[in-house]
Amino acid sequence: MSAEILSSTPDPDSAAGQRPKFLSKERARRGPYRPATLLAGAWLILITVAAGAAPLLAGHDPLTQDLAQVQVGPGGEHLLGTDSLGRDLLARLLHGSRTTLLGVAVGVGVSVSIGVPLGLYAGYLRGRVDKVASAVAEILMSLPGLIILITVLAVYPYSMIAAMVTFGVLSSAALFRIVRNVTMAVAQDLYITAAKLAGLSRRQILLRHILPRIRPTVVAQTAIVAALALVTQLGLGFLGIDTRPPHATWGGVLQDASTVIAVSSWTVVPPVVVVTLTILAFGILGDTTTSQPYRLTRARTRTGRPQAPRTTRRAPADQLLCVEHLTVVLTRGGGGSILVDDVSFGIGRGEIVGLVGESGAGKSVTSRAILGLQPTQAKVDGFIDFDGLNLLDLTDKELHHLRGRRIALVGQEPMVSLDPTIRIGAQLAEAVRAHQKVGRKESHRLARQLLTDVRISDPSAVADRYPHEISGGMAQRVCIAVALAGNPELLIADEPTTALDVTVQAEILDLLRDLQRERNMAVLLVTHDWGVVADLCDRAIVLYAGQIVEQAATERLFDHSCHPYTAALRAADPHQQQPGRRLTTIGGSVPPPGSWPPGCRFADRCVSVTEECSNAAVPLHLVAEGHITRCIHVRADDKEAHRVP
Amino acid sequence: MGTFLLRRLMRSAVLIVVVTFLTYFLVSLTPGDAAYTLLGARATPEQLQALRHDMELDQPLVEQYWRWLSSALHGDFGRSLLTQQSTSEVLSQRLEPTVSLLAGTVLVSVALGCLFGVLAAVRGGWLGRLVDLVGQMGLAVPNFVLGLILIAVFAVNMRLFPVSGYIAFAEDPGLWIRSLVLPVCGLAFGVIGVMARQLKVSMEEVMQREFITAMRANGYPQRSIIYRHALRNAGLPVVANLGVIVVGMLSGSVLMESVFALPGLGSLLVQASAQADLPLVEGVVVVMTVIIVAVNIGVDLISAWLDPRVVRP
Repeated sequence: MSAEILSSTPDPDSAAGQRPKFLSKERARRGPYRPATLLAGAWLILITVAAGAAPLLAGHDPLTQDLAQVQVGPGGEHLLGTDSLGRDLLARLLHGSRTTLLGVAVGVGVSVSIGVPLGLYAGYLRGRVDKVASAVAEILMSLPGLIILITVLAVYPYSMIAAMVTFGVLSSAALFRIVRNVTMAVAQDLYITAAKLAGLSRRQILLRHILPRIRPTVVAQTAIVAALALVTQLGLGFLGIDTRPPHATWGGVLQDASTVIAVSSWTVVPPVVVVTLTILAFGILGDTTTSQPYRLTRARTRTGRPQAPRTTRRAPADQLLCVEHLTVVLTRGGGGSILVDDVSFGIGRGEIVGLVGESGAGKSVTSRAILGLQPTQAKVDGFIDFDGLNLLDLTDKELHHLRGRRIALVGQEPMVSLDPTIRIGAQLAEAVRAHQKVGRKESHRLARQLLTDVRISDPSAVADRYPHEISGGMAQRVCIAVALAGNPELLIADEPTTALDVTVQAEILDLLRDLQRERNMAVLLVTHDWGVVADLCDRAIVLYAGQIVEQAATERLFDHSCHPYTAALRAADPHQQQPGRRLTTIGGSVPPPGSWPPGCRFADRCVSVTEECSNAAVPLHLVAEGHITRCIHVRADDKEAHRVP
Repeated sequence: MGTFLLRRLMRSAVLIVVVTFLTYFLVSLTPGDAAYTLLGARATPEQLQALRHDMELDQPLVEQYWRWLSSALHGDFGRSLLTQQSTSEVLSQRLEPTVSLLAGTVLVSVALGCLFGVLAAVRGGWLGRLVDLVGQMGLAVPNFVLGLILIAVFAVNMRLFPVSGYIAFAEDPGLWIRSLVLPVCGLAFGVIGVMARQLKVSMEEVMQREFITAMRANGYPQRSIIYRHALRNAGLPVVANLGVIVVGMLSGSVLMESVFALPGLGSLLVQASAQADLPLVEGVVVVMTVIIVAVNIGVDLISAWLDPRVVRP
């Protein structure tokens, strides 16, 4: 009986600037065509028509009493039976729907005509209008609706219209808030800025650009207000205060049925069914929450390897990690496209290997698949050998035992990689306890030690802070400390400096290098920054559109890169630019998964493209010891091109 | 923390003044005023005028309100027009059933809502669909209708609980609970659905966040990830919404008291408003607003405890 459902819709404010799900185009397109939506719409049209044609359809007068025939069952002369005074139930429901639906219409009308324009205006303009309107809305939303309505009806007895106008005013607050939040989210979009710059008037922007975008939300929320209006009306009718007694409303019919429920339970059935279906119909129209169940315990496919080349050879002894034919495919539900295509590489103990490429090349997916943290709708194939264990054969539980203890992760955005609600010291101590059998007190001491290890000068003070109280660089140090808590042999650093200030980047890289040396850790460094590769990595792997295009020792890659993509990427490195010249870029963009060409995937953007490039898939070639590339124009040093097994 | 609480208390005070003034204003619009109600249709205009003067109804509205507010601050809410009983006395008699009903409903719905929400988010599958369904059905069946069904099944047919009425806690705690079971179930059902669904959606959203991935990747215990970190973060929006839910519950309780004939504030309001007994109406509105304010402050404190960013921005 309240606005409680209204607020179950995601609030853009709370999602820290993230685009709310219900704004996505896909939702808007899919929403109106669900079968449930069609049924709900059909039902609402049906009862509206029935209400309009009530005198024709009813067959009986809703007020005529027949005390000889009270509470008769369905069938016969009275299709749905009669009520406690022998009045025809169908006639009372039909005639009742006129008053009830009129009340709903009044409530919704008032609510929408106040809430939507104000919400649009406040969300777009912000400023003082927004402040005042939001404050008023907050007060309105904490008013007990039904109680106010009862008071209103005490002043204007039996004035359903007055009650529903009041309902409209009260419920407009919730509608206002949602429209305002959605408008705020949309107004931040680039094309709105573009429209402003193009000189469109405020009115044009609001009506032609913003309103169409937020329409699905407005429609859905209006349906919910309608459901609330109906429930409220029923409540008033049930209390017998909405209209003068003999006049029928749905709530009144329910109330009458309730007085005789112990004697005849049939009378209550028709009104309950009608009422429930109608509220449900409004509810379905208003349901915008998409639900994607998150499976924590996911069944791992044990058939790890692809059919053709069963290279189950053991990794060389000095190899810590050996990835072979790694393929990550989104399942049909997730789009069915390939994210990572037959990627093979190794990392030796204590070695730092860079994984380089543009966004969308598959770097993150590759690195996370090693930890068994691929997207939920993805299927992983291939062979990942970690110190003699095939990681793809392990269950989630067995993998869990490895995570943090032998392989750890440092993520890209330190500010969102820590639990915002828990003190840093406590989070770190928990990581320590996860890997070592120590008491609470000892774990906190070790946590402070870890903070010292990552060169934080005042560990006790930092341990007492919350993540939002420290800087990005500091947060990344904490994240590294978390990853070190289990003393891992392999650290996966997924663009560890991308989100940081330039000055801080160097510090974090120095720290990583020092830690790697102190602990002789192997590091898989995902990056798109050649400076980082040159600085830290022993070897680098260049990824393009899900494939390895080149792999070599860092020096060799800098001196003798073979693949045109590597060359182009190096040329586009911001550190290599000369002042006053235009930035070198690679034309076009990485083709998204699912639209990769059959031949060379870089052909469209390549400067040395020829006709043969698009003929067939290009295999990897060995160019020199430890140097492979995927380009048909490159010949090996020893004349003969080798196909890498 | 101090300034945070102070700000919230200020907001509450504003809310109480706004609500009571609105009610006062509404009441002043009544075609027949208190004097008319007392003397009836046969009173002469002179009699009415005299009584109005006695009751200070001829003074400006703001002045009347001010006088009412200052005596209300001293605990004096005036007297019932019909019975001449002191309003605060009547209110205190009616407080217990309503507070029992509300507290019971909050306890039951928070406990079960969280339980089902978490289970649905973690296990998904049929339980997830059930939570979605109940979340929607709970709202589709108005709670007073559910109350009627509960009476028919559990009181009339199975005779497990009394059909209606209220036994005070002091009289017999066992019977007190029995008299509350059905109304609490009726009122909590929809709320459980709403809360469970909200928590489920929120949990699913939180489980996709980067810090959860980071924790999983670094070997935090699964149990702690779900029940300590994810639940705490997922609970924030749910707790923030608790205030609105209780406001809705208050409206629902009025109907529930009517269905189960509980002698609470809600039934007092319905009765008083039917008799245009305005001091009583005003009194009930004040008490309900105070309940809302108290709940909101409680919600703020829980939010602050769950999320440090509320107090330490």
